[in-house]
Amino acid sequence: MNIGEWLPFSVLVPLIAAPVCALMPGRTGPWLLAFLGALTSLLIVAIALPVLWQGELSYPFGNWPPPIGIEYRIDAANGLVALLVAAVATFVLPWARIINNFEVPERQGIFYALFLLAFAGLMGITLTGDAFNVFVFLEISSLSTYALIAHGWDRRALLASFRYLIMGTVGATFVLIGIGFLYMMTGTLNMADLAERLPEVRDTTAVRAALAFIIVGLGLKLALFPLHLWLPNAYAYAPNFITVFLAATATKVALYVMLRFIFTIFGHDYSFFALPLTAVLLALAIAGMFAGSWVAMFQHNLKRMLAYSSVAQVGYMVLGIALATSAGLAAGLLHLFNHALMKGALFMALGTVFWRVGSVRIDDLSGIGREMPWTMTAFALAGLSLIGVPLTAGFVSKWYLIIAAMEAGQPWLVALIVITSLMAIYYIWRVVEAAWFTPAREARTPVSEAPLSLLVPLYVVVAANFWFGIDTRLSVGGAEAAARALLGGSP
Amino acid sequence: MAWLGHFNYWVVVILMMIGFYAVIARGNMVKKIMGLNLFQTSVFIMFISAGKIIGGSTPVLREGITVYSNPLPHVLILTAIVVGVATTAVGLALAVRILEAYGTIEEDELVDPPDQPADESHPGMPAGKGDTAA
Amino acid sequence: MRTNGILRVIARFLIPLIMLFGLYIQFHGEYSPGGGFQAGVVFAAAWILFALIYGLDAALEVIPERAQFVLACLGVLLYCFVGLLGVVLGGRFLDFYPLLDSPHAAQQTGIVAVEFGVGVTVATCAMLFFTFFARRKREIDAAETGEDD
Repeated sequence: MNIGEWLPFSVLVPLIAAPVCALMPGRTGPWLLAFLGALTSLLIVAIALPVLWQGELSYPFGNWPPPIGIEYRIDAANGLVALLVAAVATFVLPWARIINNFEVPERQGIFYALFLLAFAGLMGITLTGDAFNVFVFLEISSLSTYALIAHGWDRRALLASFRYLIMGTVGATFVLIGIGFLYMMTGTLNMADLAERLPEVRDTTAVRAALAFIIVGLGLKLALFPLHLWLPNAYAYAPNFITVFLAATATKVALYVMLRFIFTIFGHDYSFFALPLTAVLLALAIAGMFAGSWVAMFQHNLKRMLAYSSVAQVGYMVLGIALATSAGLAAGLLHLFNHALMKGALFMALGTVFWRVGSVRIDDLSGIGREMPWTMTAFALAGLSLIGVPLTAGFVSKWYLIIAAMEAGQPWLVALIVITSLMAIYYIWRVVEAAWFTPAREARTPVSEAPLSLLVPLYVVVAANFWFGIDTRLSVGGAEAAARALLGGSP
Repeated sequence: MAWLGHFNYWVVVILMMIGFYAVIARGNMVKKIMGLNLFQTSVFIMFISAGKIIGGSTPVLREGITVYSNPLPHVLILTAIVVGVATTAVGLALAVRILEAYGTIEEDELVDPPDQPADESHPGMPAGKGDTAA
Repeated sequence: MRTNGILRVIARFLIPLIMLFGLYIQFHGEYSPGGGFQAGVVFAAAWILFALIYGLDAALEVIPERAQFVLACLGVLLYCFVGLLGVVLGGRFLDFYPLLDSPHAAQQTGIVAVEFGVGVTVATCAMLFFTFFARRKREIDAAETGEDD
């Protein structure tokens, strides 16, 4: 059977598994179901990906032909992001079982049901070809994310979740306003159809306002500086499993949707001329890179430190996109992919430490490198990738970013990328120094190394950082195919 | 009097700004959620206004009627209303939990210095597996 | 509020009517304005009115909390089941044409079944919202007195 017939099931399987999961008692059943759901999605997308590199697939729901019905339209760009989301979910879940039994001991059925909903929502945003459907899935994933963040053991998780809810809802409503304007002007919600009909009405204020609303709304979801204020606390106080999953996927999916709107629907020749998008995105990206790295250097809570580093890394991705060239777009997408790997590994290492120590404050972790050598080595290796040392995934994406900046005739950007990478060395080194070169605090009970069931999944993700630093066929090839698909789709 | 023809949209703008102001300026979390609701509702009115056709009837096939209102915005907004209901429920649930954990839902009365060690803010905080496993 | 005669009489009169109206919206939704969400909310409103007048405990005897939760999940699953039926019978997800021979009847059957699932889920979810918020204070008080012991 044609793989296109099966692609929507990468969204439907977790979506259907969620209510079943909510009804399941105990701990093992819900976890197993969530894992199988994620694995199914991953297999479907992985099988479909080579086909997607050749061309796009379409699946009309209910056999209503688009543009009347809702259609899933999947090309190399969605394929790459969907593969990333499904792979992160599949590889983090084996690690998460022990962590969740410790952090979320009760009512795990509902917890995993919420996770499946968030996962299905992110997959849905990625695969759908309908503008309004994007909003619906955005809210499905966001609402379940708010509830998941509130599961954190610290009471500040509630506040973080509430603030994220307020900002996230405002952002999603902005997107809704933008989609409303587009619908009023064109009378369609199908993305391909929108792209066809927009050129007729492109010089109206309504379409310009729609673009502005959508960019600001998605900027909130994407944690684009200065709209990132919800992110540090949400990541810091969420349960560790959720932090890993969100850090590796949520902002990436929001970025992908923004790309879809900018490049496919509005067309990049329109987006970058109707509004001063290059200047705005470039300025915000650079400000985010510096502000994020700067604040990260002085954080005591390591999860907050990595969260601020995420703000900086989002800056790199947006920087590539703001160049508005094919190479820049590919570099941005490549960093999107690689950043998920490195932040996933870093947060997993921290989560493992938290599981033993019960804290992620840097003062409490002094000397931890001698007690949990394997975990902290994984942290340091993933940190190398974050810095961008050769042979790691981080190096590859920064290399492509630098090349794209040179090609675009903006060599001064290279200096900025290097400076922020130096700042990354500083904040990763602080952790290494505390872990190995500082005597352990006497107040802390000595801990032992984490078991293999945590270390193996952690090292799988760390190994991926090195794999994609050497064999770049999937990451670079995927990103370039995605960039071609996004640019080719524009009228 | 052309501006009167866009009466709905003026209402939308005014409601949206009232709601947005409440979200930003109010410290009370319930008031924030009310502002958020107002903000969302104004967008709903915008969509519904766009679907209205003067002289159009309900979009159900009947004899003798040729002009129908556009049903699609209604369907979309029905979905958005569901989302709004869910958002309100989650928001209020969080407000209840915050009230229980902090004793207040006023933003400026919530004090949790960011650098405060986690242990002191939460008496029931897990101590880690270290003490049992080591 | 059980002691207030006026409230009780009016509620007794209104609750069945509201429920009936909810069912009407549910089952005429496919060819007149209405549908699962509206019907579910109206139906839940009747139950909430009952809970306001006669107390939450009496209302939970009618539909226990666990039943609400299970029904909410089953409603979604019914929706998915009908959707998957289209795939199993050789169509696409939410494709109703393969369900029956006559295309008109197939569409009608499909939409009624799907909307029934939506209605059940929305009604029970609205009841769950109410139950959770209404019960919370009592739960907390019980937990605090329990800790003091």
